[in-house]
Amino acid sequence: MKLRVLYFARLRERFGVAEESLDFSGATAADLIGQLQARGGVWAEELASGRAFRVAVNQEIVTLDAVFPEHAEIAIFPPVTGG
Amino acid sequence: MKILVQREAFDLGAEVAAMSQGRTDIGAVASFVGLARDMNEGSGVQAMTLEHYPGMTEKALAALVDEANARWPLLDTTVIHRIGRLLPGDPIVLVVVASQHRGEAFAASEFIMDYLKTRAPFWKKEETLQGERWVEARASDDAAAARWIEP
Repeated sequence: MKLRVLYFARLRERFGVAEESLDFSGATAADLIGQLQARGGVWAEELASGRAFRVAVNQEIVTLDAVFPEHAEIAIFPPVTGG
Repeated sequence: MKILVQREAFDLGAEVAAMSQGRTDIGAVASFVGLARDMNEGSGVQAMTLEHYPGMTEKALAALVDEANARWPLLDTTVIHRIGRLLPGDPIVLVVVASQHRGEAFAASEFIMDYLKTRAPFWKKEETLQGERWVEARASDDAAAARWIEP
């Protein structure tokens, strides 16, 4: 399926992309992270296990076992620092 | 409930007045204002820029207020969070909670701030003499939010 993926803050800067549309053959958030890690470089570095990042599906933070619905808006970002 | 994400400054007095205007059932109003500090992690901060996730931010803030309403009998709540570039001393965030008695207003305003710190998608980037840096999330903020987890 096609996914729209957004990146924010430090991750947007490190990846050099704010938004992309990509083909996804997996099912879960963990599958997407694996697909992005496979790009190597900063992707593998920033999304390595043990690094702190959050995944949101349709604007709600989820855990890595979350299954993506069709046409989902996915976002990947660092832990939040507002307030 | 009033939720705003905006570049402009806010006026605490005007927000409290708007909340209580025309009603006499409110017995307590508690407010919190967060300001931009000139020092963080041991070095001077000259300015900061707040980024957010449009759409999710408003939903996350409304969800925080919904959760506060489920926990305490609140009469009204206002949350305003600024975005864009701010200077030391500038107000960043405002929480105002009205209730019949002070206990709920105090507790709910602290709860909303603790959850906002860990759940609302805002990120701060600081300008220092050594250059720009993204603020890292603090473990103490997670601990503050965890205090409110119900058994």
